[in-house]
Order: sequence, then structure tokens, then C-alpha cells
Amino acid sequence: MTIRLATDDVVPARGPASPGLPAGKTRGMFARGLEVFLENKLAIAGVIILAAIFAFCFLGPLVYHTDQVHVNLANENLSPGSGHPLGTDNNGYDILGRLMAGGQISLEVGLAAAVLATCLGTLWGAVAGYFGGVIDAVMMRIVDALLAIPTLFLALVVVSMFPPTETEIILVIALTSWLSTSRLIRGEALSLRVRDYVQAMRVMGGGSARAVFRHIAPNAVGTIVVNATFQVADAILLVVALSYLGLGIRPPQTDWGGMLNSGINSVYDGYWWQIFPAGIAIILVVIAINFIGDALRDAFEVRLQRR
Amino acid sequence: MIGFLIRRLFQAAVVVLLVTMITFILLRAIPGNVAVAILGPSSYRNPQVLAAFNREYGFDKPWIAQYLLWLGHLLQGNLGFSWTLDQSVASLLGSHLPKTIWLVGVSTLIALIVAVPIGLWQAVRRNQMVDYSFTALSFLFYAAPTFFVGTVLILVFSVKLHVFGPEGPQGGLVSDVTDWRDLTLPVVTLALVTIALFSRYARSAVMDNLTEDYVRTALAKGASARRVLWRHVLRNSLIPIATLLGLSLPAIMSGALITESVFNYPGMGYLFFKAAQQQDYPTLLGFIIVVAIATVAGSLLADIGYAVLDPRVRYTRS
Repeated sequence: MTIRLATDDVVPARGPASPGLPAGKTRGMFARGLEVFLENKLAIAGVIILAAIFAFCFLGPLVYHTDQVHVNLANENLSPGSGHPLGTDNNGYDILGRLMAGGQISLEVGLAAAVLATCLGTLWGAVAGYFGGVIDAVMMRIVDALLAIPTLFLALVVVSMFPPTETEIILVIALTSWLSTSRLIRGEALSLRVRDYVQAMRVMGGGSARAVFRHIAPNAVGTIVVNATFQVADAILLVVALSYLGLGIRPPQTDWGGMLNSGINSVYDGYWWQIFPAGIAIILVVIAINFIGDALRDAFEVRLQRR
Repeated sequence: MIGFLIRRLFQAAVVVLLVTMITFILLRAIPGNVAVAILGPSSYRNPQVLAAFNREYGFDKPWIAQYLLWLGHLLQGNLGFSWTLDQSVASLLGSHLPKTIWLVGVSTLIALIVAVPIGLWQAVRRNQMVDYSFTALSFLFYAAPTFFVGTVLILVFSVKLHVFGPEGPQGGLVSDVTDWRDLTLPVVTLALVTIALFSRYARSAVMDNLTEDYVRTALAKGASARRVLWRHVLRNSLIPIATLLGLSLPAIMSGALITESVFNYPGMGYLFFKAAQQQDYPTLLGFIIVVAIATVAGSLLADIGYAVLDPRVRYTRS
């Protein structure tokens, strides 16, 4: 969940705008970054795994048709074999088909929540860091206060107030996970706002909004992209945790966490196939995303390349 | 140093105050009527009873007055009353918090003892087989949902091998020591997840320190690599790890919540989960405040420890 992000807070934020980087060399930097990224075998593996899982979840149902809406107790708890390659669960749903349907929701929620959280966190952090002073102090103390509450606890309280739909889960996860992003971006903004080009823009009469949107945020793009990548993985794990606690997506829809939740009740009867497919899918996706995130960090990291 | 301490204490106090505000807003955002919830649905027919209840507990006052009243109770240690469990939240905390502190404390300690040497080893053997293997393992346990790890451990060690119990010790703190076989799996689950985080962090902390000038100086003076590593690099790497420890308390608490639910371990996380299912808001909010205060105190201690250990921090931060 927020585990990864907690470490990111302590590591000094390093972005593309490290000292000594000439501003006009964006293309060269991009090409060099891409080169570093492509040299990383783990990153390539991550991209391939992720692409395969996306294809499996979103294109798979086109060739592999299953009924994921109607409970069929005549088919419950069938072991893997002919007709059901991965067996069926305790409601008679085909697990291979459910893995695709659940994966769609897990990936959708993860991506959407990460994008929302990144936007919110970037805006909050850029504004706080750019203005500094009292505004910064107030905004960052709010972040500190929210960070002191474990994400899962906060999400659990909010979700327990109403049975959530997919959109509401996305909102809840986004609203509880933008904090670490805002801290990182604020750090960037603090160093970016004293740069000559921001000063020059101010002298020419540019406003604060222009500074935040046209200068601070674009120059922090490395930090933003890397952080957003890890956000996706964390969001997937958070929705999995909520589903495990029975407060996630409502049936007959499900996500990978929901599959684990229903599978765990019967796994002690020996129905191992009800938890391992979803568990392995989650692990694969999160690892793949982390490989990509690490490689992106290296690609954006000018300091490391110089060492 | 004194200035730094005062500033930092003031900051922490502000953060705690903000936490109480956020919690109070959550409390008010909850749909439904507290009086109806406590007195039962039939109380709808008795407006006088509801009004009397609201007057007695101050629910008829403006929200700012309600907040101050609630804050006053909080300062006196009154965290509210759980009507689903018919107990004060404080007494629930008294019976469940020690179990969680024990679980979290033991597993975090084990995680530190295992993770720091692993991270050190990885950094020294950077980009070699050892490094890759442990990186792969830490990725695996970072990516695996906590309850999946717990369930697989139960399947292997309880169901198949019958070595450890599938359920945490159910009694008080004493049972955690006497029934250590039942405590093993919850502790291992939480420790594995925490090791995944700490070892990666220790690796990068050691790697950062290995490039520092003092390492070159010490080696140039003729100190052995072993001495440089254990006496200089390890010590300096422990400083950021202390900060990490303070900051990762919320994450560890989230992990504890899941672990306790998997193993039916009657700690605070499990109670929190039950309270969320039964919409027992006083318990939820009371617990959130306690965890938040612990987190703020933890990062405060980490910061002060940092300043004590590393004089550079004192001068740059204040």
C-alpha cells in the first residue's frame, strides 16, 4: 500500500532538473533517458508482462466467453480441467474468465486512481512549494495530518459509510493517496521557484498560475511520472486490501482482491485454484509496474548517469 | 538545538490538532442520526426523547461548540463510547492496543535485524547474484498482498506441515508469550512485508554512503574494508533508517490491520475492521486518533534522534 511511498518521502527528490542541466536540451535528454530505459532488461520485462496482462484482461473476453453475472451452483468448486482451464469458484464462475473481468476492474481502478491522485498531489505540492511561507506551512501541515492516518484506516472509514461503486472506490483511493506526491512535488517546487527562468518570467509580468502550470509542474515531470507509476501499483494493492476486507467492488462484479476474498473462505477445503491465479496476477502486475517505475527513475536521473 | 526542538514540538502539536479536526469532520460527514443509532429505530416516534438526548450530549449546539466539547473530552482521555460493543473506546483500547503493540513491535524488530544486514550485503555486492536474488525476493514480498502471504503461510505451515497454529493467540498479552507457536505466523507475515521495504531502503542508504568522501579517506588511511563498512558506513546508514521507522508506522499499522484479520488476532487492527463492518464510528475515530498521535510522536522522535545523531541536521534545519 503506502509502503513504497513512505520511503520516497525520505529520499531527496531527484528530478530531471538537477543543477547544471541546460534547459534547451530536452530532446537530447529524452533520447538519453529512453536509451537508459531500454538498456534496463527488467524494465523491458515489466513492459512485456504489463502489456500481456492488459491484452489478457481486455482482449481475452473477446475470444474466451464466460458468464460472469449469473451464479451457477451446479458448477461450484470444480477443479481445473476440461471446460474450465482454471476451475470454478464457490459461485460456479469460471476462474479464467473471472480473472479477466476482475483484472479489468483492478487495472482500471489502479490507473484512474493513480492519475487523479497524481494530478491532485502535483497541484497541491506545486502551489505550496511555489508560494512558500504561511501558505506552504498550512498546506503541508494538512498533508502531515492526513499522512499520520494510515491510508487503509481512512479508506475503510469512508468506504464503510456507503457501499461503493467503481467510481467511488477510485475517488476514495485517489483522495487518500495524493499526499506523498504532494510532498515530493513541493520539494521540487521549492528549488524550481528560485531558478532564473522563473524569476525572469516573473519580471516580465507572468502570474503565479503561469509559474505553477507552465514552469514548476512541467519541470518536475520526472518526479511526477515516476511517482505516478508507483501510485498505480499502490492503488491496485489498496483496492485489493479493501476487497479482501469485504468493502470493495460489489458482486457480481469483482476485482482480483474480491476473487481472493471469496477464494480464501474455501481454500482450506483444498480449493487452492481459487486464490493462486488472482494472487499471482496481482504480484505480476505490481512487480512489472515497479520494474518500470525503477527504470523510469534511472532514466530521469541525471545525477546517477554522471556518476 | 533548543530552537529546533521548540519549532518541531509546535509543528507536531499543530498536526495533532489538524488530525482531530479532520476526524471530527469525518464524524459529522457520516450519514444518519447519532441519537437514532443509539436509541434504536423506534425512537423516531418519540421526538421529545431524541431532543432530550441531543440536548444532553450537546448535539443541538453549533458545530464549532460540538467540536470544542468533543476536543475537551478527548483531552480528558474520553475517546467516546462504542454502542455496538457497549464499552468505552478507552477500555477497548486498553484491552486491544497492547496486543497490537506487541505484534508490531516484535515483527518490526525482527524486520530490522534481518533487513539491515541484507541491505548492507546487497550494497557491497551491488549488481551481483546476491543483490539480484534479494532484490527479486523483496519485490515479491512488496508486491504480494499481505493477506495472500498470510494465507499461503497458513496453508503451508498449519494445514500441510502442522508446525504453527493458523490462528493468533486469543488471550491477553501473556498468551502471546506462552502460545508462541500461534504467534509465529502473524509475526512472520508482518515481518516479511516489512523486510521487503526496509532492505530496499537499507540498500540504497548504504549505497549512498559508500560514495561519500569519508569512506575514501578511511580506506586511504589504511582502515580495512570490513572496519570501514561496520564502523562507518553502517552507523551512518542507520540514521536515515531511523527516520524511515518513524515514517512507516502508518504503513506498518495498515499491514497489522490485515494481518490481524487474517489470523483472527484480537488486536486493534482486527477490532478496527470489525468496527468498520458494524459502522461503529466512535471506535473507528478513537482508534484513528490514537494511531495518528502515535505516528506524529514517532516522526517527532525520529527527527529529534536524527538531530542528536547528526549535528549537520541541527544547523541546516533551524
